[in-house]
Amino acid sequence: MATDPWEDELASQLRSSFTDVSLKLESFHGQPFATLEPGGYVKAVEFLKAQGFDYLVDLTAVDHPKDPVRFEIVAILYSFAANRRVRVHTRVGDGEAAPTLTGLYAAANWLEREIWDMFGVAFAGHPNLKRILMPEDWQGHPLRKERSIVAMDQEWVRANLDIESGQ
Amino acid sequence: MSTQPVNYLETSELVLNMGPQHPSTHGVLRLVLKLDGERVKAVECIIGYLHRGVEKIGENRTYTQFAPYVDRMDYVSAVANGLGYCLAVEKLIGVEAPARAQMVRVALAELNRISSHLLWLGTHALDIGAMTALFYCMREREEVLKIFENYCGARLTTHAFRIGGLQYDLHDTFEAEARAFCDMFEKRIDEYEQLLTKNPIWVERLRGVGVLTAEECKSFAVSGPMIRAAGVNWDLRRAQPYSGYEQFEFDVPVMHGADSYDRYLVRVEEMRQSVRIIRQTLGRIPGGAILAKVPKVLKPPAGEVYVSTEAPKGELGYYIVSDGSQHPYRLRVRPPSFMNLASLEKMAVGALVADVVAIIGTIDIVLGEVDR
Repeated sequence: MATDPWEDELASQLRSSFTDVSLKLESFHGQPFATLEPGGYVKAVEFLKAQGFDYLVDLTAVDHPKDPVRFEIVAILYSFAANRRVRVHTRVGDGEAAPTLTGLYAAANWLEREIWDMFGVAFAGHPNLKRILMPEDWQGHPLRKERSIVAMDQEWVRANLDIESGQ
Repeated sequence: MSTQPVNYLETSELVLNMGPQHPSTHGVLRLVLKLDGERVKAVECIIGYLHRGVEKIGENRTYTQFAPYVDRMDYVSAVANGLGYCLAVEKLIGVEAPARAQMVRVALAELNRISSHLLWLGTHALDIGAMTALFYCMREREEVLKIFENYCGARLTTHAFRIGGLQYDLHDTFEAEARAFCDMFEKRIDEYEQLLTKNPIWVERLRGVGVLTAEECKSFAVSGPMIRAAGVNWDLRRAQPYSGYEQFEFDVPVMHGADSYDRYLVRVEEMRQSVRIIRQTLGRIPGGAILAKVPKVLKPPAGEVYVSTEAPKGELGYYIVSDGSQHPYRLRVRPPSFMNLASLEKMAVGALVADVVAIIGTIDIVLGEVDR
């Protein structure tokens, strides 16, 4: 991805406040985002919340199975005062727990449950980490890249209808 | 006769399962209520009964193929869903819809806002026990659906827009139909208000029920009419205009009661403002192309964008990650209903069971969007 550097007042505040952790500030199509290690991620969100970004628009994940650190967690924050959004990204490996944002935003509760359900990324410190959309007895996590919808269809048709799927 | 005192009243906690087939849960929402008498002590929402894996489907379809799927999330505001999706992909490929397409999009999106709010008002009133409003609302909603049908052949899952503009040009009678609708509908809104706004039962059932303060709204990332009823003057059409909304004059209704009654007032006023916007488009829709130059095979350059619009229910966002191929690498939908519903677990605590029905209605959820 060909990104531009993110340069403005907020970016320099972030840069001066996070000198001890790796911090990458980029922008794409005019949408700024910061990438941090998991250790700095909650601190960065906390810092931004104190700067007026008190609205957690969305929290989601992206699966990169070929990368050494597999899951990218993306938090989108909005500030009513500045009328702008910023994103905070971090990476966690398969089987590792990501830090929770439930202490900062009530909205993180359901969103982190959805990430757990869809990707199998656990959140350390989440008060009620269980599936939200998939049935409780469902095996695996559907949005992982290795879950192919064709394979899932064939498996279901074979197990339930005792025929071969036409897909 | 025994002199032993008999404890007729069971005082232990009662667990009540409501839904997923309960008519007041607007689809397949299931609630597990912990009750102390009629009072709600705790609520748990159990969702996912309508989960179809929309985001997974998105990764397995091309950008163009996925467009009709978004109509089936919030199926009562398919036009608004399509608008958000088209804008997100357009941003990713760096294309802007022509002026004519933008204004048609606004006109149809506002008609859709009216039809969505009408369905909400009718069913919400029915939940509260006012049946007349449902028939009135459905009657007017039918007129909007007829306009959609004349435009694109579909009433509900319209798939009205294409990436880069519109598939169909406006039909010849669109302006006359929309004008006739606006003339008729403004008076009808007054009729709804006569039925409900000062109706003592309506006020009693909604005033002070389901209060969610501005701070709580922000923490729960609640958007749309719910946050505006809590005193936050925030509408994405005004805050971050898209598709040419900056050209139109309209007010953003804001109330301060933060309760179900004020949410009702905000939505009713929003319908009036939508009529105002539609009137401003009529006679002003510019000529010219309806579709920008978009390659037949869409391969957006690698990158990621988040684009959101003010859908009838709140902020509808699409976060799309492209790896340069024909298929989205990741397609995340930020559904307003899902986020708004999460606040139910807060609002319903301490309320009566009957109030829970009112609170579900006031959130205006569509389970197709909550579960995706």
